[in-house]
Amino acid sequence: MTDLIASRDLDWHPPPLAPDYRSSQLRAPQNARLHYDPTQTEMSGPTFGHVLLGKLDDDLILNYAQAGEAAIGPRIVVHGKLLDENRRPVPGKLIEVWQANAGGRYRHKRDGYLAPLDPNFGGCGRCISAADGSYSFRTVQPGPYPWPNGGNDWRPAHIHFSIFGDGFAQRMITQMYFEGDPHIALCPIVQAIPGDAAIDTLVARLDMDATIPMDIRAYRFDIVLRGRAQTLFENRMEGL
Amino acid sequence: MADLKESPSQTAGPYVHIGCMPTFAGLEGMFHGTDLGARMITGDPMGDRITLSVRIIDGAGDPLTDAMVEIWQPGPDGGFGTTTGFSNWGRQPTCADTGDAVFETLMPGAPQGQAPHVFVWIAARGINMALMTRIYFPDDTNRSDPVFTRAGDRAGTLVATLADQGFSHIIHLQGEKETVFFDV
Ligand SMILES: [Fe+3]
Repeated sequence: MTDLIASRDLDWHPPPLAPDYRSSQLRAPQNARLHYDPTQTEMSGPTFGHVLLGKLDDDLILNYAQAGEAAIGPRIVVHGKLLDENRRPVPGKLIEVWQANAGGRYRHKRDGYLAPLDPNFGGCGRCISAADGSYSFRTVQPGPYPWPNGGNDWRPAHIHFSIFGDGFAQRMITQMYFEGDPHIALCPIVQAIPGDAAIDTLVARLDMDATIPMDIRAYRFDIVLRGRAQTLFENRMEGL
Repeated sequence: MADLKESPSQTAGPYVHIGCMPTFAGLEGMFHGTDLGARMITGDPMGDRITLSVRIIDGAGDPLTDAMVEIWQPGPDGGFGTTTGFSNWGRQPTCADTGDAVFETLMPGAPQGQAPHVFVWIAARGINMALMTRIYFPDDTNRSDPVFTRAGDRAGTLVATLADQGFSHIIHLQGEKETVFFDV
């Protein structure tokens, strides 16, 4: 018996064309996506072991810093669980993150924002979900930043996430936002998501229970991958 | 019955390389100085080595130079198990000058019930949810492949072109030649 990945609810996700997000105008395919049920190609995918990870890969405060120094900005730990739609933990999966520094500047040759680079902040990290699906990394809270979209556009503070699942059908990239950020309601990238309930799932909550006194504040962010829909016999899995 | 909803997708943005290929992005020494997926040939595997060059063209006819392309493919035996000296997964940026994402890989075999193919996953600024497509090869068996035939009279957009050291493939995001993208 093999489980099949549940179909994706495309109405829950941003459509390819979101006219207020100008970059989508020339990059959105105009034909509808053709559906097929995942074959063994999409049910499988790369696996990554803990041996991959360096000691500071999950610590953006220190992983680009000179010895004895640290990134500047509000210290936070971002943590949560990687789950599937059936609320089952998804262990052993690679989570990669990237973000701007506390001033809203990326360490990237194409980012020319006025805010200065922080010599001790690189802006990337990674970790692998634990047996119970939990993950965490330490970082500094990124700043909002302006971006060229034709108007006075500022991204809410956010952290980019890239997540692997059991197979490519579950693979995803998304962004995490911060509770209370007024830019969430103004951002055409966020608002490309059709519903407020969906947007709300990308908003991390301040988590005082996991906050360490006199050290670091915690934000909680759970990530949900597609679940298993039906159970089929192996011989129906071949081809379609 | 599902009681949670999948996390909604958001664009990878223009700086995806910082997180997924930091060495390429210029972050010296990050993650041991090796970008994941940069090399698919890691030893001396059996099979035919090919260069697969992928270019993505936007609605204005310009190549994307800030995208990240991942591929996932069967090994020469048509399976997704381990092939010594080879990784079935590769990840490349599109080149800032030419727009080409270049994969040094092995010619895929045919998985049971399917023709030889490479699954392609594209993330970039302006793409709200990563695009999924497949690359097939000039091969008569494509006509009996269930995904290829599903693409109907647009299936030709999925077939790579024979090139010097392997194959090249152009993915059109819009227009007359728009590539078939899948919801899978
Ligand atoms: Fe960003």
